[in-house]
Amino acid sequence: MSAVLFFIAAIGAVTGAIGVVMLRNQFYSVLALVFHLVSLAALFLLLRAEFVAAAQVIVYAGAVMVLYVFVVAYVGGGEEMPTRSGLRIIGPLLALALAVELCVAMLGTALKGISGKGAPYLPGFGTPEHIGKLFLTKYLFPFEVASLLLLVAAIGAIVLARRRRGLDPDEEAQARVHRPLPAWVGSMAEAGGIHFEEADGSPESEPVRSQG
Amino acid sequence: MAIGWYLVVSALIFAIGAAGVLVRRSPLVILLCLELMLNAANLALVAFSRMWGGEDGQVFALIVMVVAACEVTVGLGLIVAMHRRRLPIDVDDLRELQG
Repeated sequence: MSAVLFFIAAIGAVTGAIGVVMLRNQFYSVLALVFHLVSLAALFLLLRAEFVAAAQVIVYAGAVMVLYVFVVAYVGGGEEMPTRSGLRIIGPLLALALAVELCVAMLGTALKGISGKGAPYLPGFGTPEHIGKLFLTKYLFPFEVASLLLLVAAIGAIVLARRRRGLDPDEEAQARVHRPLPAWVGSMAEAGGIHFEEADGSPESEPVRSQG
Repeated sequence: MAIGWYLVVSALIFAIGAAGVLVRRSPLVILLCLELMLNAANLALVAFSRMWGGEDGQVFALIVMVVAACEVTVGLGLIVAMHRRRLPIDVDDLRELQG
């Protein structure tokens, strides 16, 4: 049963990863990554990492991917032309070589553990209780550094993406079109059909009664 | 399943992500491929954690997720800033820092 689940989840994860790389539309790439992340969460569950799987689904597939979708919608991710350089042929070959090398390096070691099913399962392994205890005792310093990193990243993102002081030249032209309206706009005099002369720009000019 | 199978899947996902970083042109998709590589590392960490029966690997996987979230935030902020300054969203055209 666990073997069947493993192969379903592994094929899903690898298919999602290939979809991220191959799909031309950026929006579909993001959706493929969501599929990949959910399959990966299933693999984490098979490895008895309940809390990591839940965090994966909530933080990654939930929050981070929503951010991606918003940015793709904002930037307007359209179709993407294939790259011009020779990397288009060399890149996949390098990746294939890397995959073979990693498999040889990991499976070719004399580690006895990787052919087994892992350490005997103890109740409570991978639960939020145990992970939280580790975070607040043994790994307190990395935990605090991670929270500091999150703070710095949030401030950095705001500084990067905010509107700079002053406007771009074309935005300035737009602002000139939408200059502040004269004081009489929306007044009862205007509603009564009285037009003010706009040539000299002074609202105190003589009102002109319209023809109708 | 033997732990080795998880490591093979992790290596495959890492290689696919590396290929994506090399082949694609849009910085958005390159960020997605970086996520793939980080997730492959996460899978290996969790697999080794299961192999040894300790939860330390899972703690590291969570910290990697935090780092990935930070990287995504800053990267997407850069892309939004590029879009706002009407720069091309294309790594082949952004060559000013190439030296």
